[in-house]
Amino acid sequence: MISYLKSSLIAAVWFVFLTFPLMVVKVNTLKSTVEWRWMNMLWVAIGAFILSAVWRWAMEKRVRGASQNEQDAASEEKMGIGQRLLEDPKLNRPVIGVVVALALLMPWVSEMYQVTIWVFALIYVVLGLGLNITVGLAGLLDLGYVAFFGVGAYTYAILNTRFGLDFWVCLPIGGLTGALVGVLLGFPILRLRGDYLAIVTLGFGSIAKIVYENWEGVFNGAKGIEKIARPGFFGVQMDISAATTFTYYLMLVMVVFTIFVTNRLKDSRIGRAWMALREDEIACVAMGVDMARTKLGAYALGAFWAGLVGVIFASQTTYINPASFDFMLSAIVLSMVVLGGMGSIVGVVIAALVLNLLPEYLRAFEDYRMLVFGAVMVMMMLFRPQGLVANVRKTYTHGKVRAEETNG
Amino acid sequence: MAENAQKLLEVSELTMDFGGLRAVDSITLEVCAGEIVALIGPNGAGKTTFFNCVTGIYKPTRGEILVHPPEQKTQKINGFKPNRVTAMGMARTFQNIRLFQNMTVLENVMIGRHCRTTTSIIGAILRGKKTNRQERETIDRSYDLLEKVGLVDFADEFAKNLPYGAQRRLEIARAMATDPFLLLLDEPAAGMNPQETKDLDELIVRIKDLENISILLIEHDMKLVMNISERIYVMEYGKKIAHGSPQEIRSNPKVIEAYLGEGGDDA
Repeated sequence: MISYLKSSLIAAVWFVFLTFPLMVVKVNTLKSTVEWRWMNMLWVAIGAFILSAVWRWAMEKRVRGASQNEQDAASEEKMGIGQRLLEDPKLNRPVIGVVVALALLMPWVSEMYQVTIWVFALIYVVLGLGLNITVGLAGLLDLGYVAFFGVGAYTYAILNTRFGLDFWVCLPIGGLTGALVGVLLGFPILRLRGDYLAIVTLGFGSIAKIVYENWEGVFNGAKGIEKIARPGFFGVQMDISAATTFTYYLMLVMVVFTIFVTNRLKDSRIGRAWMALREDEIACVAMGVDMARTKLGAYALGAFWAGLVGVIFASQTTYINPASFDFMLSAIVLSMVVLGGMGSIVGVVIAALVLNLLPEYLRAFEDYRMLVFGAVMVMMMLFRPQGLVANVRKTYTHGKVRAEETNG
Repeated sequence: MAENAQKLLEVSELTMDFGGLRAVDSITLEVCAGEIVALIGPNGAGKTTFFNCVTGIYKPTRGEILVHPPEQKTQKINGFKPNRVTAMGMARTFQNIRLFQNMTVLENVMIGRHCRTTTSIIGAILRGKKTNRQERETIDRSYDLLEKVGLVDFADEFAKNLPYGAQRRLEIARAMATDPFLLLLDEPAAGMNPQETKDLDELIVRIKDLENISILLIEHDMKLVMNISERIYVMEYGKKIAHGSPQEIRSNPKVIEAYLGEGGDDA
């Protein structure tokens, strides 16, 4: 106990020292005076002390808990309530029903502003699920994912404003262009792994943005492209609010579609090959999996979703410029995947919604957004490295057993 | 070596250089159908490098690797990618176990079926009849293999949670899932206790007899090698120093010297 207090005290002093220039000294450049805010120092000290004490207590409890779990040698991995909700059909059917009903009703009971927020949140959900294929399943750390999102958005913007192509024609084109660029970028980095891969993809992301910014002739440079058409629906005239509602439903369909596809792939020959690649590349290749084809497939499919929602993004905002596609977006989408649980579909959906909606509804704390973000990530890594919802592997039954079950 | 037995693998003058270091020096080796052949030698003799050359992980500097798959054309496989070598019918295990840790035991074996199935991304999404049939066949085959190596009860465990000996057997099952005609085992008994080694011994013989798979194994455990292999190649410093039946090898002075050092006669 004493040691808690002692180390917490040290932490508090250290934090006071670190935050001193930021929290205590305030230089008023207009009046050329320096303001000393000593009270702030006190608050920092108290806050750091309490947080540190709680932290140490929690860590110790966790260590004790872990050793206890080991003692319960049988310790079959206990299913959390969340996991049970997902596994047990009796529980998850009603839950899914309620979620779907709420999602369908949402635009009718809330204002357009809310609907817009949700459209963007759903765009992030699809981005997260797409990146989940590349990072979560195939284990290819991609820090330049936003490039493909930009490819989709610019494809639609250009095809629509210059050639007058319709949204519905551009939607698949955007997805396919994204996938194509994914394959093209995938080729040179087939041999890279881990950190090296991350750095190269980070570079690709930045290159994409620089290209959008500087290739005036095609991408209209930093000015961006405006007057992009909203999606039409059999020529029905829609005002902004109706169009947003329409986009919202379109995004809902996209989310369901993405979940459906990812879910099917996860437990298929392809999905297993991706996971094997993530686990051990050499063993995977030695077991007869074509590395190049499998990796490119993962890149292409991940990029496909980004391209697809890129088109929807452009149609929703009706104006895009390179600033929409900077590294921050890649980082946020990646943190959704990590936070949600690598490879877990439900986890990624929840994380994407939380990471998007919380900042919207907590506008008051906007300045501290990144701070909280970082803190949450660190906490997750420490307490739940497998993510909010761990990816549970499917189990299979032998044909003979299946036959017996159906007979008896 | 039976004179009229069909040759499966024919390696001639295989050499592998790493910069100035010659890890494997003109090794010539043959494996015939229905044989268990062992490759032994002290640590660092180049046995695993030899394996890596044959299975396509390294591209050999010189020499020729010819494969005669049963009922298929003979092929020179120098520089083939590992997955092509496996698809031809030569599967391997690893000295330091390389399982897919965070996948279930069954899924590990199912990966082995990858090169024998054809479902594409589109096929996996649509889940047509063919996909479903292949998937069922994959599951059943994998269960059968787990039964053969005695791991059915662990089918849904994560591979990382298996005991050491079981992990070794899982690697063998995974390699067998690729329908090989030749199994290359890299120190399958490393780190096993005598009982586990004995079980493994029986498993290997069973695979050869019942599954009709020939075996080339690298091994340190002399007892295992002497018990089950029909022919033995001995390597030292990348060179082949002896070749023959277990009896011949046991009494070969060069081998004794390599294993026990000079003056090994006293031992």
